[in-house]
Amino acid sequence: MFKKFLPSTDVSGQTPLKSSVQRSIRAAVLSQWKIEPETLESIWPKKESLVHVKCKEHISIYTIHGEPLFFQHFDEPLYPTLRLLHKYPYILPMVKVDRGAIRFLLAGAHMMCPGFTSAGGYLPPANAALPAGTPVAIHAEGKEHAVGIGITKLGTEEMRKVNKGVGVEIATHLGDDLWALQKL
Amino acid sequence: MPHNKQPEPPSAGPQPQPQAPADAPPEPKPPVQVLYCEVCTFPPEYCEFGSSLTRCKEWLQEEHPDLFDKYYSDEALQAKVGTLSLEAQTKLEKDSMKKEAKAEAKADAAMKKKMSSHVTIKRIERNKRKYITAIHGLEAFDIDLKKAAKQFATKFATGSSVTKNAQGLDEIVVQGDVSDEVLEMIEGGVGVLKGVPEKNISVVEEKKKKGGE
Repeated sequence: MFKKFLPSTDVSGQTPLKSSVQRSIRAAVLSQWKIEPETLESIWPKKESLVHVKCKEHISIYTIHGEPLFFQHFDEPLYPTLRLLHKYPYILPMVKVDRGAIRFLLAGAHMMCPGFTSAGGYLPPANAALPAGTPVAIHAEGKEHAVGIGITKLGTEEMRKVNKGVGVEIATHLGDDLWALQKL
Repeated sequence: MPHNKQPEPPSAGPQPQPQAPADAPPEPKPPVQVLYCEVCTFPPEYCEFGSSLTRCKEWLQEEHPDLFDKYYSDEALQAKVGTLSLEAQTKLEKDSMKKEAKAEAKADAAMKKKMSSHVTIKRIERNKRKYITAIHGLEAFDIDLKKAAKQFATKFATGSSVTKNAQGLDEIVVQGDVSDEVLEMIEGGVGVLKGVPEKNISVVEEKKKKGGE
């Protein structure tokens, strides 16, 4: 999503959001992520107004004081930025890829199923299976911090069964242009 | 960005932190402090996949020797090799070397280009006694044109703007003949105008053609 992203050409405008819209975003964040209202309050205090940065191809980034916090494509689920996820790693469910896949992930490739099902990978157990279309934090074998954020294309159980093709589509990863962008 | 803080201990993965007792007022959970490499901006454990591993290693050794031992000691390397076949490992190493060399060459080329690019200060005659000054080529030195224009405007108390010239390139146009002062400012590196070598600046004059209006 952010493989090529230049603020000078890809951002079409910044507007402070209406408070009613902010309220709905706050509700959406609380329902979609595993986050307590108090923690969200410390990330995004009620007094601070969220700024909506409109970008090409229906991508919206939400910032506070110029610092990107969430982004969204069209009206798909909200994703945290990778920096935010590093600070609060428990807000998204975790999947793990093996070491061989890191290289490709950092080049922006979508993650294939075998990377999760092999020895170094990790998928949540069957009783906590994730359906398709869930935002997930992608961790890597032997590393402690997340390397990317993506959305599941198959349910985790289905990934185990099919074990072929794209399992998780990457939204943002370490070293992409959103990562490089610390201030907007 | 929390740079100089220690990262969480390695065992603490994405597990929830200890819960506060239910009757206590709910406290926000503190964020995990993540250390980022100052060379490649990745968390140091991912430096090996970046394009500047040698410099990242140097930096980490200097700033955080304990972490350096953790990531690059023999044992750590051994553990890494254990999970991959030898062949894949050598290939990975080769790739990262190649990547590094490529990134270096790219940085060199960019630097060279920067050094060879020119800033021109052009004095353009508008009427017999009225001039404007156009400054072209500042963007090659990573100067924000809008900010620079604003600086000129406040300094000279005249109009100053960023416009596209005939070639479709951005330049700063300042009203009035301020070419000498602009030259001095760029040479002196005032405000945002930093990093332009003196010999790359030239001042030219453009007279209005006769027979025009």
